[in-house]
Amino acid sequence: MSLYEVIRFALRGLSANKLRSALTMLGILIGVAAVILLVAVGNGSAKAISDRIEALGTNTITVMSTGRGGTTSTALTVPIANALVDPQLAPDVASVSPVVTASSSTMTYEGTEHSVSSFVGTTPSWFAASNTPVGTGSAFTADDEAQGRRVVVIGQTVAEELFPGVDPIDKQVTVGGALFTIVGVLAEKSSTGFQDANDTAIAPLTAVREVLTGYGSLNSILVEATSPDKVDAVQSEVATILNQRLKVSATASTTSRTGGNSNTSSSTPYRIQNASQLLATQTETADTFTTLLGAVAAISLLVGGIGITNIMLVTVTERTREIGIRKALGAPRRVILTQFLIEATLLSVLGGALGVAAALIGSSFEIVGVKPVIVPSSIGLALGVSIAIGLFFGGLPASRAARLRPIDALRYE
Amino acid sequence: MARPVLDVRDLTKVYGTGEATVHALAGVTMTVDRGDYVAIMGSSGSGKSTLMNILGALDVPTAGSYHLDGVDVSKLADRQLALARNRLIGFIFQAFNLIPRTTALANVELPLAYAGVKAKERRRRALAALDVVGLADRAKHEPNQLSGGQQQRVAVARALVTEPALLLADEPTGNLDSHSTADVLEVFDELSASGRTIVLITHEPEVGDRAKRLIRLVDGQIVEDIRQSAVDQMPVGAMTGRHTA
Repeated sequence: MSLYEVIRFALRGLSANKLRSALTMLGILIGVAAVILLVAVGNGSAKAISDRIEALGTNTITVMSTGRGGTTSTALTVPIANALVDPQLAPDVASVSPVVTASSSTMTYEGTEHSVSSFVGTTPSWFAASNTPVGTGSAFTADDEAQGRRVVVIGQTVAEELFPGVDPIDKQVTVGGALFTIVGVLAEKSSTGFQDANDTAIAPLTAVREVLTGYGSLNSILVEATSPDKVDAVQSEVATILNQRLKVSATASTTSRTGGNSNTSSSTPYRIQNASQLLATQTETADTFTTLLGAVAAISLLVGGIGITNIMLVTVTERTREIGIRKALGAPRRVILTQFLIEATLLSVLGGALGVAAALIGSSFEIVGVKPVIVPSSIGLALGVSIAIGLFFGGLPASRAARLRPIDALRYE
Repeated sequence: MARPVLDVRDLTKVYGTGEATVHALAGVTMTVDRGDYVAIMGSSGSGKSTLMNILGALDVPTAGSYHLDGVDVSKLADRQLALARNRLIGFIFQAFNLIPRTTALANVELPLAYAGVKAKERRRRALAALDVVGLADRAKHEPNQLSGGQQQRVAVARALVTEPALLLADEPTGNLDSHSTADVLEVFDELSASGRTIVLITHEPEVGDRAKRLIRLVDGQIVEDIRQSAVDQMPVGAMTGRHTA
């Protein structure tokens, strides 16, 4: 009996009860589609994150204080930031931008209020260092900063909230009781996670300190390296200067670890965040996230497989008489086994193929705000698994069928 | 001298052990020659179904030997039993046992499919077999579109299609009305007339009367073996001419 004939028998068996076959295939379809799509979502999210981080520029490091405010001897101050511009000790440093941040500060324009999630005070070099281009208008100048002029560059979201359909340039807004003039609007930035990158405003450091944050320590210092491959060098140069300045003892070591935040040991009062290592961490996190999603989806695939076993057992029981007849007519055990195994595998393979199609269609839509990016290997894996499922989960019922004794089977009601 | 189609010696079948032992067959010996038409009769519990199952290679005896057309069936392994069922035996059941939702033609082709015969040849032989039982025009009908008598005749065609040495029938007319019974028995008569070896079980005397030989079983043993007409002659009650559907 040729394999082709057995397949024909199997197809006939499946089409005898089309609804049942369709529902069983649906289980596998959902499982396979879920695996492929969720892995794609995780992958797309990872890609978006890494794109975002790369857009930040991989040639910067961020220095932050570990203490809460801390005493003046361990806090980051403007003089310390200025000390980092040292041609001798730190030759690879291109620019240094001290940063203060005020969160959720209210900006008002002609009666309309908007709570800006991140109000940044810094120097003009920050724009280039943090890869935040200005869309319309211009950034403020070093002179603005020195004079403490009340000028501000707002992000797209703020512009849409306060100035719908109107050009914000040269308009005046009230922040923290003071009037600020808008000189520029940032270009749109893609966001990842829960923070809207466009809900921000940048103003000169002195102005923000006067009005919003006060003259406490800086939140962070953004240091730009001359080129991406000089970043690690810059990191150690900056650490050396900071150790001097903050009078950190010589035994406290500054270790720079890859694959994580480059943390200094806990006895140093500062923390250096290296953008490229941040990228590595985030990618690792995203990969874990993706694997988790895939595992959850795989559970649904497992359930689909159990559905196949269940239905095939029912089918075998239902057709016990028929199996008995076939055996009485001379069907060898192997042929019966193969027929039911193929029935099960056909169900899972067809379901799997349809699942792949469904996933491909689904990936053209945005899911949870993420554009899915299909991983080609996940398609091959899902198809392979669906074949394996058919063979594995169909094996028990098929061997049950093959082992039936003809006389008993024929007497079955 | 031609080899007998069926050669059974001291066939014994015992079920269970100890207190629950059932001696279904207690030493049956018989020979059936080619072209014979045998009816085995007996009341319920006489062992006739057990004997039929063993003769049909659906079961193995506890003791004794069973030679079918020279082949020692009682010693065969599972796979070879399947072959024997396919090539040497044509079984006809009381409940017809056609595969549902499948055409009559496909049903008759089934044993040939398991024998590995190619599609075209299969079709030709199946149609020929359906012709013998007079149902060639119903080839595309499914079992639920056929009457009881027609279904049984399809089953007979299916039993014939592999040209087996032996036709076995287990109460073939048990589920049929008198008209259908007459139809089926006519088919058997014609088959016997054309030289086929037939062994059937029945509890209906009118069926037993039409056979060439009558064997009676009681409590797992043969008690009577009556020759009603000679092997090489037409059986009593056989009708000449083609059967019309």
